[in-house]
Amino acid sequence: MLKQMEGSRAVAEAVGLCRPEVICAYPISPQTHIVEGLSELVKEGRIDNCEFINVESEFAALSVAIGSSAAGARSYTATASQGLLYMAEAVYNASGLGLPIVMTIGNRALGAPINIWNDHSDAMSMRDSGWIQLFAESNQEAVDLHIQAFRLAEEISCPVMVNMDGFILTHAYERIDMPRQEQVDAFLPPFEPIQMLDPARPVSIGAMVGPEVYAEVRYLAHYKHLQALERIPVIAEEFQARFGRASGGLIRPYRTEGAELIVLALGSVNGAIKDVVDQMRADGHKVGSITVCSFRPFPLDALRQLLQGVRRIVVVEKNLSLGIGGILANNVRMSLRGLEQPVFTVIAGLGGRPITMHGLQECFTKALAGTLEELHFLDLDWEIIRRELHHARSERRSGPVAENMLKLRLQGRSDV
Amino acid sequence: MFQVRIHGRGGQGVVTAAELLSVAAFLEGAHAQAFPSFGSERMGAPVVSFCRIDNKEIRRREPILNPDALIIQDPTLLRSVDVLSGLKPDGFLLINTSKDSTALGLADLVATLPPDHYAELPATELALRFVGRPVPNAPLIAGFAAMTGKISLESVEAAIHEKFPGKIGDANVQAVRSAYQTIRERCASRA
Repeated sequence: MLKQMEGSRAVAEAVGLCRPEVICAYPISPQTHIVEGLSELVKEGRIDNCEFINVESEFAALSVAIGSSAAGARSYTATASQGLLYMAEAVYNASGLGLPIVMTIGNRALGAPINIWNDHSDAMSMRDSGWIQLFAESNQEAVDLHIQAFRLAEEISCPVMVNMDGFILTHAYERIDMPRQEQVDAFLPPFEPIQMLDPARPVSIGAMVGPEVYAEVRYLAHYKHLQALERIPVIAEEFQARFGRASGGLIRPYRTEGAELIVLALGSVNGAIKDVVDQMRADGHKVGSITVCSFRPFPLDALRQLLQGVRRIVVVEKNLSLGIGGILANNVRMSLRGLEQPVFTVIAGLGGRPITMHGLQECFTKALAGTLEELHFLDLDWEIIRRELHHARSERRSGPVAENMLKLRLQGRSDV
Repeated sequence: MFQVRIHGRGGQGVVTAAELLSVAAFLEGAHAQAFPSFGSERMGAPVVSFCRIDNKEIRRREPILNPDALIIQDPTLLRSVDVLSGLKPDGFLLINTSKDSTALGLADLVATLPPDHYAELPATELALRFVGRPVPNAPLIAGFAAMTGKISLESVEAAIHEKFPGKIGDANVQAVRSAYQTIRERCASRA
């Protein structure tokens, strides 16, 4: 059924359609409206046999989900930003134990400096945690990915993180085709755990493992991701057959045929990139793009097939790994190992800076002309950076950088 | 694609205005995208919201820099924020005020706009009269509908009933009918 609704509310309804049995959340900032919406649905009795547990922290939220999932209940939680960091120990435990929890991240920047806006720093901080990490391009895809996420998580017994851009998606109202309960029920069978705390058949979950099999246990966790590489496209295809639209999958190419330049990105910025691709194609430039939906597992082979022989590759990413550059770009380079194709990184949208089509098109035009730097920072205010660096060199106690930059920014404005 | 930017202050329903507009457009079968400028919202602080309307999927999500229409919910913002920035030469401008464009210092700008692309609407007064609260968003959306013809009054009313069921919705519908009528009459009298 078509509805015009906010992204967070849409995801809450979609999660409700997945018949979760335990939802636990810490409702204080950083959080989205998703769990608020779910608490209402539970209270109104619109999700059968579901308990909503309000906990005292994000660490507790995921710890409760670990417990309930181990007891055989379909379990869900959501967080963002510092909330995910505070959860970190439990994040690794959930995947290490192979518990098929689904968690939404309304992606946001990390402090310090304090910032509540969108980028992908939070998700990237957990990239090696063993969770499957999917990124939604639109609110429709966010809805669809949650339904696919429970299916995938439970098939291979591995937790799945569904990432959707904080504010840009979570707070946007747009058209959603909300699936019907019967459709979701037909796609997502009841949870049949591979391990379960059951007094009738007692087991322990969470053994201490020494050097004798730790590596083997870790390998098997990696093996799940290899399985996921095969299952993600199959589940997406089945989803399309049942629900009538393409959502999810490992990657989604857009107008890549004959492209001299291919742009890759995670999440909602792919929409603007596609609009720029259309504009540049209309002007005769051979440009295409690839939406990377599955970041973990990373689709090395699928990307290599599409990128082989492409003259220019640009990765637009909302993260910065200090001391090296863009994380997605480095993963893309891994898919091109042995080939001599440069991969350009455009760091954009950090801390909620709007990524404009104008800015993107400038970068892509430079890339085609061969004048883009290998690591480019979109719309960076170099003037205030130079002034702060000068200030820091001229005075030992130059003070806190964030505060200094805010002052410089204000001065810059009043100079105009 | 038709792009609308709405300026106001925290507490004036700026975000809800964009939402209502998007719902009204959706009800007419269009694709619509509404979103706020993101920040720590506080009562009285300047707030911006955006709405895009198109007949196909809307993929871009950047803030609207060159709006086809501007709705100014609080004219005092004209002094402090560059609310008029980027308005297209053939764009629409709707201001919540009972003053005229000369008193607001907008006469020069208004002269450059096509006829009937500028309107003043005493939306806060309408809201106070019909709803009893100084929230001008719904009357302004009706004024927008009357001025641009981009959405119908019926869709605005349906969007309001969806968002505010019951008495508040009914009162707002009274306010939007009056607002719609006011703008239609003004356009007709000039024609």
